[in-house]
Amino acid sequence: MTDVLVCLKRVPDSSSEVVLTPDAQAVDGRFSGWTVSPHENCAVELAIRIAQDTGGSATVLTLGPEDAVDQLRGALALGCTGAVHIVAESAAYGPADVAREIAAVVASHEDEGRSYDLVLLGNDASDSGDFQVGVRLSYLLERPVVGGVNLVTVEGSEVTAVGEGADGRETYQVPLPAVVAVMEGGVDPRYPTVSGRMKAKKIEIETRSPVAEPSGAVRQRLTLPPPAPSSVQVLGEGVEAVPALREVLVNLGVVK
Amino acid sequence: MIVVLVETENDSVAEVSLETLTFARGLGDAGGGIPVDAVVCGALPDSVVSELASAGVRTVYHAGGPDFEAYGGGAWASAVQDAREQAGAVVVTAAGTNRGNEVLAHLAARWDVPMAANVLSFAGLSPFTVTRQVMGGAALEEMTLSKRPAVFSVAGHAVQASPAGAQGDASVVELSPSLSERDRVARVASASGADTGDADGLKDAKVVVGAGRGAGGPGGFSGVDDLASALGGKVGVSRVVTSLGWRPHHEQVGQTGTRISPDVYVACGISGAIQHWAGCASSKVIIAVNTDPEAPMVTKADYAVIGDMHEVIPALMESLR
Ligand SMILES: Cc1cc2nc3c(=O)[nH]c(=O)nc-3n(C[C@H](O)[C@H](O)[C@H](O)COP(=O)(O)OP(=O)(O)OC[C@H]3O[C@@H](n4cnc5c(N)ncnc54)[C@H](O)[C@@H]3O)c2cc1C
Repeated sequence: MTDVLVCLKRVPDSSSEVVLTPDAQAVDGRFSGWTVSPHENCAVELAIRIAQDTGGSATVLTLGPEDAVDQLRGALALGCTGAVHIVAESAAYGPADVAREIAAVVASHEDEGRSYDLVLLGNDASDSGDFQVGVRLSYLLERPVVGGVNLVTVEGSEVTAVGEGADGRETYQVPLPAVVAVMEGGVDPRYPTVSGRMKAKKIEIETRSPVAEPSGAVRQRLTLPPPAPSSVQVLGEGVEAVPALREVLVNLGVVK
Repeated sequence: MIVVLVETENDSVAEVSLETLTFARGLGDAGGGIPVDAVVCGALPDSVVSELASAGVRTVYHAGGPDFEAYGGGAWASAVQDAREQAGAVVVTAAGTNRGNEVLAHLAARWDVPMAANVLSFAGLSPFTVTRQVMGGAALEEMTLSKRPAVFSVAGHAVQASPAGAQGDASVVELSPSLSERDRVARVASASGADTGDADGLKDAKVVVGAGRGAGGPGGFSGVDDLASALGGKVGVSRVVTSLGWRPHHEQVGQTGTRISPDVYVACGISGAIQHWAGCASSKVIIAVNTDPEAPMVTKADYAVIGDMHEVIPALMESLR
């Protein structure tokens, strides 16, 4: 029976144009809409699988503003059975702040007799790309941590995590309790069913306030890179362009 | 003093680490020539030591033996921590790989300092200000690292690797960092190259033929496969293709996939969204094949063919025969 806490972050959907807030401190998600990072969608999928395979539970947690509840409901609709919402303006919270807030939830649940064998997080959020929350959390919880993996299974009191590393396909075997930071690529996140969505609406979400003020950002400002000037040479349309394309490939030395 | 965690590959210094050393030397020059030291974990062949000397490193701190040969973020961080103490370094850096970022995150947590991941450029030593990639490169973040040591990783291709001007010898200092039980257990237990052969090939391929949603389905890749093999290259795909299950994830190019830097990237039916671009921007020449003349892949490419990949690729294959 493995009780998993899976942490996710509401991020601006970056597949369209990126717009900054007027103070240049954040990406303005009002224009793009909000989503969950691909790595965290996979972490949620793994958490649900582990809970189902071991007869345990999967609790989803986020630190974010009021409407980040949508992302929590999304994970509940997929099969998470509990949710914790630390209501805070996430833009002000750096990776050390977020780790501290997650650790505080773990500690307070433990005091209430609910402990998590495994904490799963995304390896790096698609907006801030900090690569640190999981590792920082592991120090606060005094648990071992592995990152950059995309398959996670639990057997007994040991977690096996596998990822693509510099030495090929790398396997870690770590005793529980542990922290694991997950990357995309090992599992396909499931889609919510209608009954899953209905169920999710009824699950009570635990809301909390942050335990401390954010430590203050080291961020000065965000900027958008200047668009690269286009210097494309259009070789033509359709099959008529093929001789020109062939010539380019010959000139580049990839075709003899 | 700057300490750089160096990663090795087949008895040489990994290209990303050579880039990081070049970046670190630039930092020193700006601040009046701060020396650069390196840390290597695991095996340390002589070839690596001499390559590091050419890259301007004077002291190579080395942690060898069973605790360091198999990668473990905490163990490697302990080695860097020891090296930083011995060197008295105020800046600690590594390449922005998964390993580099993870080891630095351990150090930032231990030292309770901020860390900047994937830095592209550096604006000044006091205050210590860097610019890094966020949103997969769609935005840039300026950060001031006022606590010491300053901890940051260097984004791939932020600079081009170059040898140091003056070359000397590098001396090797053996480290024997003490490890916690947590650091000892959280390390690679076994590794096999079998499944990543393709991903590795993609990263290093001289030619990549890419395909996106325009392929139309899992059956739409035969021309792409043919063209890739005719050009002696590998197939790379967009995230849409892997999330639809048309092709395996190890072929994905981009922010959450492999970063490629081939001589030629032929991108067929790929829109060129910023997250895809993050993985292919370092290609030397990009050729786009796309029905949409306004697609970002087309406007950012060096050459473009406006048309249906299912017509253009077979016709090209015909002309190559
Ligand atoms: C956090 C995050 C991380 C991401 N990471 C990645 C990543 O690592 N890699 C990645 O690729 N994406 C990534 N994405 C997704 C990315 O934003 C895009 O959605 C994706 O790259 C689009 O794939 P595509 O170009 O194949 O599809 P589309 O955007 O649908 O584009 C298809 C293109 O094909 C053209 N086309 C259609 N039919 C034909 C035809 N018959 N012949 C020629 N052209 C045709 C169309 O004109 C269009 O330009 C990420 C997104 C997020 C939010």
